[in-house]
Amino acid sequence: MTERPPHRKNPKNRRATVALLTALAAAGVACGTAYFEIPIETPIQPKLDVSAFQRVLIAGFVAGGSEDVDANQETVRLLRSQLRSKSSLRVIDADAMPLVEIAKGQSAAAGAGTTGADAQPTPLPDEIKNEKDLEAYERLFANTAYWKQIGEEYQNPLIVTGTVLFMPHSRQGMVQRDVEQYDSFGRRRVVPIRSFMERKGFVLAPRFVFIDGRTGATMYAERYREEILYNSQQNTPALSSYFELMDRLVPNFLSALSSQKIRGTRVLLQ
Amino acid sequence: MILRVATTLALAVAVSAGPVAADPRSEARAQVAFGIDVAQRGLWREALYRWERAVEIDPTYAAAYNDLAIGYEHEGQFDKARQAYEKALALDPNNLQIQQNFDLFREINDRTAAASEKP
Repeated sequence: MTERPPHRKNPKNRRATVALLTALAAAGVACGTAYFEIPIETPIQPKLDVSAFQRVLIAGFVAGGSEDVDANQETVRLLRSQLRSKSSLRVIDADAMPLVEIAKGQSAAAGAGTTGADAQPTPLPDEIKNEKDLEAYERLFANTAYWKQIGEEYQNPLIVTGTVLFMPHSRQGMVQRDVEQYDSFGRRRVVPIRSFMERKGFVLAPRFVFIDGRTGATMYAERYREEILYNSQQNTPALSSYFELMDRLVPNFLSALSSQKIRGTRVLLQ
Repeated sequence: MILRVATTLALAVAVSAGPVAADPRSEARAQVAFGIDVAQRGLWREALYRWERAVEIDPTYAAAYNDLAIGYEHEGQFDKARQAYEKALALDPNNLQIQQNFDLFREINDRTAAASEKP
């Protein structure tokens, strides 16, 4: 347990302390507040009631933004491994579904079934480059008949699907950073310096959709966005950036399905 | 003679102790100190009880509300924690430690609540 020492000594005799403090207060002498740093674990209840499910299917994701990382495969793999160790649900092993192709197939079938030009569904983009390209795929998740069929195939599990956009990103601007300086007496000080920098990195913007495999209906959805930027000279592999960004998001994803404890510290005052 | 001296001393102690026991802040401070002691041993329920007592005894004691908020947070009672932090800050708006605790609490709360969408 980490404890910062109190500002003043903690006397053994509490009654004496109380009397002393009262006397000091009465005399108008200012006294500091004692403080104690304490570790706490904040329990976070799951956002979803998954008690009706024993199994979970991480079906697949409509993914795009970068060709360097197969965001569908990687996201399926990562979430499955996380759920195996941090959730009581049994994870179904199955190939990641190629949802882009499935959505295109559904779109073509819907187009062939309609006669009037007004009834034609919005065409799906050939390539997913940004958030706007993903919007057209939303109707895939609203297709309850399709997800019910998938649910029946896997014996009515909880289905996790959604979209994942992982794309390169760059930004220019003034950046503040701390620089160590030593004066003529050798004393160290840290000085904030603002400088113009060109940085590049990646944005990860997943949307997780939780579907009830018994009905095919969406139970819950959540959207996240994280970005990471490096010096433009730094050459960081896309896959390692992907995992770094997913590391930030995974606790939030898990908190939808199972109770989590977030560790932190607080300061108790006396 | 000895009996007289002892009686006098006892009376003196009683008189001097009287105002201390009657001072709500001192009494509340003792409850807070005990709460901190037991919280550090992991006895959060007992700590919560002590801090609840402290704010009952002295409803102007900002530190007691701060500790109470931390206790509620640890027990997952977030509405009560928020109210206690807000009360602590209302009583002592310039206290940076209370503000820092509240900021950390809000960060967790906002992070878990913000991303959700209605189906």
